[in-house]
Amino acid sequence: MAETSAPSGATTHSPAGAPAEAVTKRDFLKLTTTAFAVVGVGALAWPFISSLAPGGDVLALASTEVDLAPIAEGQAVTVMWRGKPVFVRHRTAAEIESAREVQLSALKDPATDEARVQRAPWLVVVGICTHLGCVPLGQRPTDARGDFGGWFCPCHGSHYDTSGRIRRGPAPSNLEVPGYTFTSDSAIRIG
Amino acid sequence: MAIGLHDSSFKNPVVRWVDQRLPVFTMLQKEYGTFPTPRNFNYFWNFGALAMINLMIMIATGVFLAMHYTAHVDHAFESVERIMRDVHYGWLIRYAHMNGAHMFFAVVFIHIWRGMYYGSYKAPRELLWMLGVVIFLLMMATAFMGYVLPWGQMSFWGATVITNLFSAIPLIGPEIVTYLWGGFSVDNPTLNRFFSLHFLLPFVIVGVVFLHVAALHITGSNNPLGIEPKGPQDTLPFHPYYTAKDSVGIVAYLGVFAFLIFFMPNYLGHADNYIPANPLVTPAHIVPEWYFLPFYAILRAVPDKLGGVILMFGAIAVLFVLPWLDTSPVRSMRFRPIARIAFLIFTVNFLVLTWVGARPAEGIYVLISQIGTTIYFAYFLVVLPALGKLERPLPLPESIARAVLGPKAQLGGGPIPGAATAQPMEKA
Repeated sequence: MAETSAPSGATTHSPAGAPAEAVTKRDFLKLTTTAFAVVGVGALAWPFISSLAPGGDVLALASTEVDLAPIAEGQAVTVMWRGKPVFVRHRTAAEIESAREVQLSALKDPATDEARVQRAPWLVVVGICTHLGCVPLGQRPTDARGDFGGWFCPCHGSHYDTSGRIRRGPAPSNLEVPGYTFTSDSAIRIG
Repeated sequence: MAIGLHDSSFKNPVVRWVDQRLPVFTMLQKEYGTFPTPRNFNYFWNFGALAMINLMIMIATGVFLAMHYTAHVDHAFESVERIMRDVHYGWLIRYAHMNGAHMFFAVVFIHIWRGMYYGSYKAPRELLWMLGVVIFLLMMATAFMGYVLPWGQMSFWGATVITNLFSAIPLIGPEIVTYLWGGFSVDNPTLNRFFSLHFLLPFVIVGVVFLHVAALHITGSNNPLGIEPKGPQDTLPFHPYYTAKDSVGIVAYLGVFAFLIFFMPNYLGHADNYIPANPLVTPAHIVPEWYFLPFYAILRAVPDKLGGVILMFGAIAVLFVLPWLDTSPVRSMRFRPIARIAFLIFTVNFLVLTWVGARPAEGIYVLISQIGTTIYFAYFLVVLPALGKLERPLPLPESIARAVLGPKAQLGGGPIPGAATAQPMEKA
């Protein structure tokens, strides 16, 4: 409640001669009560906020297996992982070479191709443009692949190269490389 | 003060700036700060505030449950189980909502009982009382539809039985039921509309609660003596006296609530509702939730379909006219020796109806529910109107302060029998 009522009654209980501004028992009680209330509200709010996070069933589906055997050189597949597209591209020797001969100084978000792949022929990136979340073109042979042979985002014109790195356009960073492991020579698990 | 601005008494510059333009702080201070409240409240006067808090808990938990719930016959049951197993703290939010419904009815039953014992429905608080009955009706509709949403066996068959009540209406009954269902049985369209209404009605309740509280702040609160405050010596500012007293009740209430949630969350429910709805099999023993049992007992007491339905709805409808059925000018049963005993019998009878409503409708239980139904209506329609004329009430205290504080608050005069109101202003 507002502090418009009579001055704090505690001052009348303070020892004789104490100045009105002195710390009183009432001040202490107010502070401890408020602190207790804040902790209580936080403890009450936590289950509600926590319930908004991905549930157990969503987390249980958070990894995706991909069989690489059917993907021929030069082909690419798109798989769903956590509700998002993941691009898996079986790169040609020429594409690998073009990705590796670029000077890091020419890159907006410098990263070597070696750091972005685990095995040279296989590029795995999240197929979400880092600008505003569209899915770039370039998975099908008939798609526009932009000026650098990788992907081209039609929404705002970002060009990605054959390592999924941003080369031109408004996107701020390279296509994200998800965590993945080779479970065998011809299969990976993403997530 | 500039022309057009509210004359705010607040010192804090931000609060003052807002208050001058929209005097919400002044209103809060007037209605919940300095609001003059009878000084003799007992703990029964906690239950309005408890109901308000319970309503807020129901809306908060309900909104979060709705984020995870799927209103479709193929997914509803599983989505509720997903809330229980996979959503973080989903079990806590659902158990709070589920047991919150039980707590809400318990609190509101006591709140209504308080109003009946202390005569809070009498002039000038008739409309306040009637708004309360509207809230109670809305609560029952909301609770019923909420119980359908998990789409278990009790959900389905409860929905079937309750909607079929309307088939008792002559001529158009079966048509009305078809419109309630949106089909030829309780099915997906029924579930969808129940979800929509279950989400809507609590906010309608909030609106009626606002009117209930607004009306309360016009007449002021009743009190255990049932006599009006006659001056400042009879009242206390709401804050800090009753905010503190309400806080004690809130702690006790939350203790009971927490015990239910954490130690016996399904005690008040039915195990059958954890079996997915099956339109081909009715559970052997179908019973409504405990808060509907007295009215369910009245429904079953009558061996006639239409008659049973009319009596059941009549049991609530009679509350609307209670202010005019009770003709005694004395509010509090403390000063009504006969009515007090009659109301005690009524209370026990209500509990008996609750008990018999959960028993099978056969043998001795039918007779008990018939006797109980008779006592229920006799209290309203015979006993109260008659006692207003026949009963000789005890002398009323001269004032609240006199009764509470004793002679030290008294400047003269003894107890005056009879009239509860229209006493001259006592000198403070």
